[in-house]
Amino acid sequence: MRRGAWPNLIRMKDVDAKPTAGHGGLAGYRSMPGVHDELLAADGSLRPAWSALMPRLAAMGPHELGRCRDGALRLLREHGVTYNVYGSDDGLSRGWLLDLVPACVTAEEWAGIERGLVQRARLMDALLADLYGKQASLREGWLPAPVVHASGAYLRACHGLVPPGGRHIYLHAVDLARRPDGTWCVLADRTQAPSGAGYALENRIIVSRVLPDEFRECGVARLAGFFGGLRDGLRAAAPRAAATPSVVVLTPGPYNETYFEHSYLARYLGFPLVEGGDLTVRDRRVYLKTLEGLRPVDVILRRVDDTFCDPLELRPDSFLGVAGLVDAARCGHVVIANALGSGVVESPALLPFLPMLAKAWLGEDLLLPGAQTWWAGTPEGLRAAVASPERMVWKRTFGGAADPVFGEEQDRVDRERFLARVKASPADHVAQERIELSTTPLWTGERWEPRPMVLRAYIAADGKGGHVVMPGGLARFSPSPDSPLVSSQRGGGAKDTWVLAEGPVEPVTLLRPGGQVVRLERAPADVPSRVADNLFWLGRYAERLEHHARLLRATFHRLGGESTPDAQAELAGLVQAWVSLGHFPDRFGKEAGEAELAEGLMALVTSAQRPGSVREILGRLRYITSGVRDRLSNDTWRIFQRLQGHGRAGSGPARIEDVPALLNTLVMDLAAFSGMELENMTRGHAWRFLEVGRRLERGMNLLDLTRAVVRTGGHGPATLVPLLEVADSVMTYRRRYFEQVHLATVLDLLMADESNPRALAFQLEALGEHLEFLPRDRWKGGEPAEERALFQVVDTLHGADLGDLGSRAEAGDAEDLDGLVGRLAAGLRAISDHLTLRYFSHAVVRTS
Amino acid sequence: MQRYRITHVTTYHYEAEVSVSHHLLHLQPRATARQRVQGFDVIVQPLPSSRSTRMDVFGNHAEVVTIEGAHRQMEIVMGCRVEVDPVPSTDGIETPPWQDVAKACAAEGWSDAVEAGEFRFDSPHVRRGPACAAFARHSFPVGRPWLDGVRDLCRRIHEEFEFDPRATTVSTPVEQVLSGRRGVCQDFAHVMLGCLRSLGLPARYVSGYIETVPPPGQARLVGADATHAWVSAYCPGLGWLELDPTNGLLPSDRHVTVAWGRDFSDVSPVRGVLVGSGSHVLRVSVDVEPEAAPDATAGDGRNGG
Repeated sequence: MRRGAWPNLIRMKDVDAKPTAGHGGLAGYRSMPGVHDELLAADGSLRPAWSALMPRLAAMGPHELGRCRDGALRLLREHGVTYNVYGSDDGLSRGWLLDLVPACVTAEEWAGIERGLVQRARLMDALLADLYGKQASLREGWLPAPVVHASGAYLRACHGLVPPGGRHIYLHAVDLARRPDGTWCVLADRTQAPSGAGYALENRIIVSRVLPDEFRECGVARLAGFFGGLRDGLRAAAPRAAATPSVVVLTPGPYNETYFEHSYLARYLGFPLVEGGDLTVRDRRVYLKTLEGLRPVDVILRRVDDTFCDPLELRPDSFLGVAGLVDAARCGHVVIANALGSGVVESPALLPFLPMLAKAWLGEDLLLPGAQTWWAGTPEGLRAAVASPERMVWKRTFGGAADPVFGEEQDRVDRERFLARVKASPADHVAQERIELSTTPLWTGERWEPRPMVLRAYIAADGKGGHVVMPGGLARFSPSPDSPLVSSQRGGGAKDTWVLAEGPVEPVTLLRPGGQVVRLERAPADVPSRVADNLFWLGRYAERLEHHARLLRATFHRLGGESTPDAQAELAGLVQAWVSLGHFPDRFGKEAGEAELAEGLMALVTSAQRPGSVREILGRLRYITSGVRDRLSNDTWRIFQRLQGHGRAGSGPARIEDVPALLNTLVMDLAAFSGMELENMTRGHAWRFLEVGRRLERGMNLLDLTRAVVRTGGHGPATLVPLLEVADSVMTYRRRYFEQVHLATVLDLLMADESNPRALAFQLEALGEHLEFLPRDRWKGGEPAEERALFQVVDTLHGADLGDLGSRAEAGDAEDLDGLVGRLAAGLRAISDHLTLRYFSHAVVRTS
Repeated sequence: MQRYRITHVTTYHYEAEVSVSHHLLHLQPRATARQRVQGFDVIVQPLPSSRSTRMDVFGNHAEVVTIEGAHRQMEIVMGCRVEVDPVPSTDGIETPPWQDVAKACAAEGWSDAVEAGEFRFDSPHVRRGPACAAFARHSFPVGRPWLDGVRDLCRRIHEEFEFDPRATTVSTPVEQVLSGRRGVCQDFAHVMLGCLRSLGLPARYVSGYIETVPPPGQARLVGADATHAWVSAYCPGLGWLELDPTNGLLPSDRHVTVAWGRDFSDVSPVRGVLVGSGSHVLRVSVDVEPEAAPDATAGDGRNGG
């Protein structure tokens, strides 16, 4: 922080060391004309909500504020708070922007908002029950039928589905804005899988840590009561009478924009975070697949959009859902929160009809008015909307999160073109009055600035038939003082919201209170099958990458022709092996020139499309590691980040001379990963599966390469030396045999030698040990087929006379050896298949 | 009146073992004002671990079947007897100009807004677009009675499109069928739905069977029939009128209705999700066997499909 950069504030501090007028520390802060400023009243005085906090902040001075701000940023980084932005190049996560200064609301004002929010939650539940039932709202004309019938969010498969307890919405979010006259109005409802509650919590935790005195002294209403209510509500929803109902949080996975929040909420509420692949429907009930078996699931808090939740009855192309979920919900065996299909009431076209619907379904006047909104699907709506298009914010009727169009930003040509589109399909458009959003003070690090804000408020079912409202919510501000668009996808940031209570505040926390006796847990916790599956493939791909890097390195090494006395002959043998492994066409072994060969080899390093290329395997590794991020230590994660650095577009080697160095680095980084795995991973099921994958892959690669060498027909040193090199066994061989290489002795070292960590026999022994430790108490009974397959491979290897087979192959009769190696490889693949069927089972879900 | 004994066999052969499979069936023909269903049964092999039947939002019979335990093959055999009455002739019926029908269907407070109105919008397989509207316009000049328009549209699709099972798949978009002018019954039904809906006229997709009549002098082939699809269009006052654009005619008692919905995706006879790897081979055989002697009218060789 540069001290000299704050002339205003430094001057203010001098003058206002003891705040007098209350906001003297805010010199330079100007509210904008025609809008409601949250901080300052029209006469420039401080509003009551800020009277406790702002004098304290102003008194802190720029240096202290800067220190707190840095502290907040550091906490955000440490907590790994991220918000994934779609279509951004720099990969998954972008930091979450949090402003240190909370938005403040008085408890008195909040009480009014709260009543309106609870009423809204009741209304939406009643409306959903009707729309998925008798549809009186449509028959009576309270709501135009096309608003429902033309909506992709109206799920016909869920019609007639009455959720247990009759409740559709367990967590409801409402976007609120304050008008220039100081009253609040609703911009939108989020009813299917509202996001942001977890971010609100995270913001609170951070702000209360960097402003601890202010937080304590201002009497801020706590959030824990709300999350406790949400947790109790979800548990109470369980349709099965169970002592501990099983609730899970369903996420689409790490590629989703709010994945951080999913894992954060799951951890905070104490529910497992699962993906669609972790769940299965059997006998019309939902189960969590763990290595130990199937565990019944009673309630699913879902963060997957509803059309993606069941490929059987909803979108057939979805890979995020659970086949049969709708049917399980239909017979009341599972509660989905929020109910599938609840997104239908999110359409902004509903807003104009809510006062009528509140009268009809609740017999009450709507407490929280919506922003004035017109659905262009009715003649009156269209007339009103196009009468003053420049004053409107245009939304799509069923557009979901699509960006709105601001009428005032259009020039004449744009507007005419746009209005022509509206008139061509009026039912697809909704016009909402452009609200001059209220502004809230933002401390930019240099000065105080007013920023337009909206507040996302949250209502949860409390498990006792009522609702609980989060005191405050997620305040979001726009990226610049004059931008009307407030969206996390488009920049801008968030604030904590403080509802300032008058009385003392009861502390509540869901975290384990200090002093409570903690039960020691050493037995492995449930490992979801998906995690085991990912670790298995992590082992396989890491090993495959190392094998390819070694084989490529051996080849590149000999390209110049001078590196070893027999380089030319060995290169020819290696090229033959590549051909035999299926990476090059036949003619490469015969007539391809050096240049073409070099180009082909480069493609095996850098081409992302080429199956088996270094880049392609790195891509698979990236996908897999992102799914098991929580199982890898930070150091291991760093190794993978480094590895990925080698595979990134543009950073690959441009020149062929640079390739060997790159391959060396790859091999070293992979060795570092093996080291981490060996020394730092707990020996639980997760580690076993990683190891099993690695051992299987190493055995298969060795067998495939051996077979390729046998098939090339050359059994002399020109092919065997590179084989030993790739298997990292040259030194051992030399020490042991001191002689010319022979196929029989090479085979013994690479196949049968149990002391050689690169030999097949070693892999088989390791596999035998690992398989024994895998969980036996599985949902599928029967003989462990993978163990039988392993015994067979072991028997086949023991029963083979490698010396004889090798000698005969050298004499020109390689048929039996070829057959043996083929049988062994097929045996290993069978083990992999059996493991997949038994433990993962959901590896590929297809629709037909 | 016609009586049929219908057998519909669906067989999946999986390349690799499948551990669990779920299937959603729309196989049980619904009863209608002129159709009665007797002796309906569905046999599934291997034995399902659970089966549940229900009435869907459109009043169709839907069934969810789950098979657990490794299997490489599954077979679904539907058998039933159906009696179908002929449709009264539409000759001499007068209908209002089509624009009046469209306007009436869009009006607030229209008595059938909830039932028929929902068949005016886009559905997963049928998007209204300019291409559909342009094609439909030729059959619907301003002022033309609705009935003349829908019959003409049906005739034109029959005449201008070529039956070609290799041209399309279950997910070929309507625009592509429209520009390629080839496809199968499902495609032609979707084209017709897109055309009618683009004018604001309600129309729904009907899935079912059709009795195929062998060319003169040849015996009927068992299992050579196919599932069929056509459309039903709505006119206030008249109700729903079925039209078969594949054959260019108004269905009567040779068409057996199974289910209806917005398009194929609502009523697909067998839809499955399975857990396993590898590909699968699907075989479908349908037999629509007349139980009474049918009229001796020969078909033009373009019936089912």
